[in-house]
Amino acid sequence: MLKRVHFPPSLLPYLLVAPQVIITVVFFIWPASQAVYQSFLVEDAFGLSTEFVWFENFTYLWNSRQYLDTFGRTIYFSAAVAFLSMSFALILAGFADRVIRGSTIYRTLLIWPYAVAPVLAGALWLFMFNPTLGIIPFMLDNVGYDWNHYLNGNQAMCLVIIAAAWKQVAYNFLFYLAAMQSIPKSIIEAAAIDGAGPFRRFATVIFPLISPTTFFLLVVNAVYAFFETFGIIHAVTQGGPANATTTLVYKVYNDGFIGLDLGGSAAQSVILMILVIAMTVVQFRFIEKRVQY
Amino acid sequence: MVENRPFVTILAHLVLIFGVALVALPVWITFVGASHDGARMLQAPIPMWPGDQFFVNLRQTFLGNGLDGTRTAPVWMMMFNSLVMAMMIAVGKIAISLLSAYAIVYFKFPFRMGVFWMIFITLMLPVEVRILPTFEVIADLGMLNSYWGLTVPLIASATATFMFRQVFLTIPDEMLESARIDGAGPMRFFWDILLPLSRTNIAALFVILFIYGWNQYLWPLLITTDANMMTIVVSIKQMLEASEQTPQWNIIMMTALLAMVPPIIVVIAMQRLFVKGLTETDK
Amino acid sequence: MAEIKLDSLTKTYGPTQVLYHVHADIEDGEFVVIVGPSGCGKSTLLRMIAGLESITTGEVSIGDKVVNGLEPADRDIAMVFQNYALYPHMSVRQNMAYGLKIRKQPKAEIERRVQEAADILEIGQYLDRKPRQLSGGQRQRVAMGRAIVRDPQVFLFDEPLSNLDAKLRVQMRLEIRKLQKRLGVTSIFVTHDQVEAMTLGDRLMVLNAGYVEQFGTPIELYDRPATIFVAGFIGSPAMNFLPATAANGTVTLGNGVSLPGADGVSGPVTFGIRPEHLVPDDTGPIRVCVQLFEALGANTLLHGVLEGTETAVVVSLPGHVTLEPGETRSFSAPPAAQHLFDSDSGARIEP
Repeated sequence: MLKRVHFPPSLLPYLLVAPQVIITVVFFIWPASQAVYQSFLVEDAFGLSTEFVWFENFTYLWNSRQYLDTFGRTIYFSAAVAFLSMSFALILAGFADRVIRGSTIYRTLLIWPYAVAPVLAGALWLFMFNPTLGIIPFMLDNVGYDWNHYLNGNQAMCLVIIAAAWKQVAYNFLFYLAAMQSIPKSIIEAAAIDGAGPFRRFATVIFPLISPTTFFLLVVNAVYAFFETFGIIHAVTQGGPANATTTLVYKVYNDGFIGLDLGGSAAQSVILMILVIAMTVVQFRFIEKRVQY
Repeated sequence: MVENRPFVTILAHLVLIFGVALVALPVWITFVGASHDGARMLQAPIPMWPGDQFFVNLRQTFLGNGLDGTRTAPVWMMMFNSLVMAMMIAVGKIAISLLSAYAIVYFKFPFRMGVFWMIFITLMLPVEVRILPTFEVIADLGMLNSYWGLTVPLIASATATFMFRQVFLTIPDEMLESARIDGAGPMRFFWDILLPLSRTNIAALFVILFIYGWNQYLWPLLITTDANMMTIVVSIKQMLEASEQTPQWNIIMMTALLAMVPPIIVVIAMQRLFVKGLTETDK
Repeated sequence: MAEIKLDSLTKTYGPTQVLYHVHADIEDGEFVVIVGPSGCGKSTLLRMIAGLESITTGEVSIGDKVVNGLEPADRDIAMVFQNYALYPHMSVRQNMAYGLKIRKQPKAEIERRVQEAADILEIGQYLDRKPRQLSGGQRQRVAMGRAIVRDPQVFLFDEPLSNLDAKLRVQMRLEIRKLQKRLGVTSIFVTHDQVEAMTLGDRLMVLNAGYVEQFGTPIELYDRPATIFVAGFIGSPAMNFLPATAANGTVTLGNGVSLPGADGVSGPVTFGIRPEHLVPDDTGPIRVCVQLFEALGANTLLHGVLEGTETAVVVSLPGHVTLEPGETRSFSAPPAAQHLFDSDSGARIEP
């Protein structure tokens, strides 16, 4: 935590931390405390008077069918994104770990989507799924399936999940491949001598050994799906149709900036903060474990 | 490879090639879309093979005023805005994180742990959960539609601070002791010893942060109402909206291509640093 | 050049005290080795002299100046670290010049002194290499070079040889000794290796659990160890300690054998004799049952127990000797080689 020798006491350390501290206070802690404060207020329709209402905003959310639906939808969305992109990445990493020649080339070819902004990922997939022009609706039409995510909520959800998962494959692939390559060769060789074939080895030796990475990625993917997919949803569906793709973060934005419901939006922010804190705690407790591994 | 099983090896290559193709497909479609003229891009099915209009579209997109019927700035200007934003965020985050990590590791001062925990808290407050109040702060400070407003609220960074703290902790104590016996003061030690020793970590972090900065969406969307301050990533959304009336997919696809090419080049050209940065910051 | 005075130095970390009232007067040009087991406080003491560790109470003077309040850089010292602490991103030349550069010496002067130090240490051809391109021994030399280039009043060495392999360590040990004599700079050298301590030091300070057990020349420490700890620490293989009882001018060992001993001492004592001082003597009083032996070539080490007891005894016999496990050998102990220690305090009892 600390070096055993320090520089003698002076003003310098305060100057060194000052920029970080000032920015943190002005743009993080003050706004966050404002959010907490506002979450206890209700503003009338004209923004003329505010009233302190304690937890009314929260009880309102708790009783709001729409909010609870959004909550459930966000969890479903996150789980789907994590599962889809992690399993795809795991399969690719498993095979890439096996090929000696070319594994770095495959890595190069698979990691670049990390650099694509979520909103661009959304735009790309939106075009592919464009009901009148897109290549995929065209193919689906040939097998008699009608695609229109502007009307069909499930299809819209499906589209944002695919776009979000696509972007995250790169990250998951990179961590899975690194984890597999850090397994000592002798363990794999021992399993081979014990008679386990490649697929069996993967299932019984490699996959259990990289389980810390799987857990770590689960948390990271959940955080990603919760907070970083705003751009995808905003560009592709605007939360629609009929809120079918509205996630918690999108709703905070929508209620706050479009609906101008300050108290409600702030209360939602506070709930999100609690979620982030929980995820951070899980992630940090876990990272300590990963260091040992 | 442990044993010789040609079948499995061939299967591995097939699966990987299929995977690469699947991952690349949307970008291929985008590239193809950016290489045809506007009229061709309105006929279903859209082409799967590049046309000959790529450079025409590139010229029109890069220099022109975006789409007909939108009020976006020229794409080159938005790319410049994105570049400035990405650079300011990356350099700013690295600078303030280096300084605060240095203070936390090498100085003993009252409130040291308080500062540490305050920085830690920022980890738990992503922009998405404090959108409105942060927007109000920026508005009150008159920082809307400015580069400062775009970047400063994003440059506090717990992860970068923790990463540098980790790096500094692995530098042997004797470096500092030796430097002190050599007569180096705190800032001299920082410049002469600490910075050069953290060079690769700084570069790795820069790669990650450049991508992070370039790809910012929600924050610039809120902060910039002036078309001349808009970033290219944000402009895509504007164009998609406009396309519902007058679709010009060739231009949209070209813009999307231009928006993603710089960070992709950074990732591929600096792959080693990128991987290092990604795995060491642990997000 | 300077003498160093340590006046009643103590060091506490919170509730734990790690050094107790250390006194020493180190003469100008003297080579003092601080030796002791790990955790005895020797590195802390050195670092207090360097100014890297605060002084709880007491005074350190270098030359005539009390340096307690001075920064390390202002104490006119140079230090060689265990891991050398070379700046990895600087060339050998830059490493050696760094301290002079900070002190704003003229360029030509820096160049001259680096070259001079490089010549002394024969590292001239490595000057433009980075530390990672050097072997362990070469890095060690660079670390030395960085110290001598500054021409300080005092050299401080913090176990600088412990990262070298055995052969190189012996060689560097001799070189450090030669260099120190040549430059005549007062030096303090910390080590846990008693052989290193014996060969290097003009005087040795034996530290144990924060206390100075003895401060004297190597031969004093060997011939007249002040405590059981020093007796056991100095010399290899270690001195044999046999529990005994003293009364009326004789010392009676655990098996009832009596030896002529000190007058005026009575009660339980510890009888000490070095393995190399036991003389084979068929009529000798000390009978040892052989358990096993190690033939080392130049000598043979007999490991056994004192007859009639469980007390382990080691004897060093010159040349090749063949021994049978189970047989008993007799030895005599010349009076001059016998040591008596108080069993409770561990202090030496003078005959």
